[in-house]
Amino acid sequence: MSEVVLDVRSLSVVFPTQTGDVRAVSDLSYTLHRGETLGIVGESGSGKSVSSLALMGLLNRNRARITGEAVLSGRDLLSLPSDQMRDVRGKDVAMIFQDPFACLHPMHRVGDQIAEAVTAHVKVSKSEANKRAVDLLDAVGIPNAKSRSRDYPHQFSGGMRQRAMIAMALVHNPSVLIADEPTTALDVTVQAQILKLIERVKDEFDIGVILITHDLGVIAETADTVLVMYAGRVMEVAPSRELFQAPQNPYTWGLLGSMPTIERRLDRLVAIEGSPPSMVAVPPGCAFNPRCPYRFARCTTELPELKDVEGGHADRCHLSDQSKREIWAATAAERLGATG
Amino acid sequence: MVVLIVLLLTYAVFYLLPAGDPALRFAGKSPTPESIALIRHRLGLDQPWYVQYGKFVKNFVTGDEYGWPGLGYSYVNGVPVLEQIKERTPRTLLLIVGAAAIWLVVGVSIGVLSAVKRRTVADRAAMGFVLFGISAPVFWLGLMALFIFWSKLHWTGGTGYVPITEDPRGFVSHMILPWTVLALLFAAIYARMTRNTLLETLGEDFIRTARAKGLSEREVITHHALRASLAPIVTMFGMDIALLVGGAIITESVFNIQGLGWLAITSTFNQDLPTVVGVVLVGAIAVVVMNLFVDIAYAFLDPRVRYA
Repeated sequence: MSEVVLDVRSLSVVFPTQTGDVRAVSDLSYTLHRGETLGIVGESGSGKSVSSLALMGLLNRNRARITGEAVLSGRDLLSLPSDQMRDVRGKDVAMIFQDPFACLHPMHRVGDQIAEAVTAHVKVSKSEANKRAVDLLDAVGIPNAKSRSRDYPHQFSGGMRQRAMIAMALVHNPSVLIADEPTTALDVTVQAQILKLIERVKDEFDIGVILITHDLGVIAETADTVLVMYAGRVMEVAPSRELFQAPQNPYTWGLLGSMPTIERRLDRLVAIEGSPPSMVAVPPGCAFNPRCPYRFARCTTELPELKDVEGGHADRCHLSDQSKREIWAATAAERLGATG
Repeated sequence: MVVLIVLLLTYAVFYLLPAGDPALRFAGKSPTPESIALIRHRLGLDQPWYVQYGKFVKNFVTGDEYGWPGLGYSYVNGVPVLEQIKERTPRTLLLIVGAAAIWLVVGVSIGVLSAVKRRTVADRAAMGFVLFGISAPVFWLGLMALFIFWSKLHWTGGTGYVPITEDPRGFVSHMILPWTVLALLFAAIYARMTRNTLLETLGEDFIRTARAKGLSEREVITHHALRASLAPIVTMFGMDIALLVGGAIITESVFNIQGLGWLAITSTFNQDLPTVVGVVLVGAIAVVVMNLFVDIAYAFLDPRVRYA
């Protein structure tokens, strides 16, 4: 594989509160390569967004205890002083967010907001910065980029705003682009366009993309590698195709089982029983055990290791490989049966 | 249109609602029969109310023998109302402008500081100042300020008003205390509001975007957060200015500035109805005009309003 651009090692984020420590992210490790899309999936509160905000230095360090390291071109982002981190943000690592309606400043012109991202890191004249903004708007598919750059965000549609956010992120050819639920707030047809656009700029600009989502459909379409998170921990990590064909973890089974497909019309949506744990009192042992249909005594006392299965596939579960294979085969058969 | 309604209400309140003969009230405390007859004829009180109102409006719009706008004649003071108002208005306006400049700068800066340094000693101190500013009565503050800075330390001029055209130094020396005292209350209110609005804005997604593109915290605060927090401050500022035009009564009294507020009070005590009507109208028109300014300012501040 190509060059590693981001190497995250045992990242943990803890928010001390009056009712106890909230362990938002525990011991998260992954590597991201140039031109790779890493998908991070999980329910709300699984720590997928917090881990990225920690990388961006956007968590208040007075209120969050961040440990571990995240190495980007030889520098550990987590231990950089805040003024150096400021220079990394938007230059080496850029981020786009969920709600493009709320993410652009309502009172500044779209072009100016992008130009501001230019001048935040390099000394150029305002007209040069504006020209760069127009070029990028054009590159992300905004028609009449020059005149539209003089518009205010409320004159843009949701999809156009997300395009503008992407243009803003590309200003300094970052090595890493973090997309935090970039399509959740958009119409389905626009979602597909935005995903295609992210895919395209990833190749054109040779960026590593971290795509955070709770939508497995999005993952299936775009991600090369998938990281499944639950209660702040990685449950399973695998190449995308592997994950969909031979998932190892009961939680992943639950996620896949709750995803309706065209072949498999469900009369009722299948949900994973129960709800995610409170992050103040994560269950002992495997955090998923109270909701897991396959749990046994060991699951409630001992946290399973993240074990390598094969070829970059790793999984955190006490079940033996044998029983996993059997259960997945049975589930798969059942799903096929439901189609017939 | 709004001004017409204001005129109608003012007219109704002062001419129709009170019991007794309006002419008697217009004439002041000890009228002679001749002056009453003269007033009655001048006001057209022998005619129906709509004719009277029409005349009142016509005088106001086209002016009367004392100039434009026609506000009538103060029989108590023996001068046209317009002349009194023209004499008193600059004092009040200069008082307001000076105070407003102080409270805007001080209030907004303290608000920003305390929002940015939230939960620090600076923030607590600022909020302590706010509590003091809001609680301290203006008349007490005014008298204490006069006692300390004028009577004891001799740093400033005392009460009274020195026209700026005659003696600029004396003007400032006499105005600095009323400006500060009047500004203190408003600075406190503005500091608290700026802090709250700014904290709310700092939680917005576009602030996170601004940080994500690597702007310095200073740029984030000034160019993004403060910019989005301006609208409510401007609204309140416009309204406060308008209200003060007729309502800086306590400050004007304590420092004996004899502006519009003072004119309203004294003419009320003297039952000098034409003057009261005049001051009320000026105050009402100030509200209308400031409302217009606020709307225009809004269009400048918020592009969503401009294009709607």
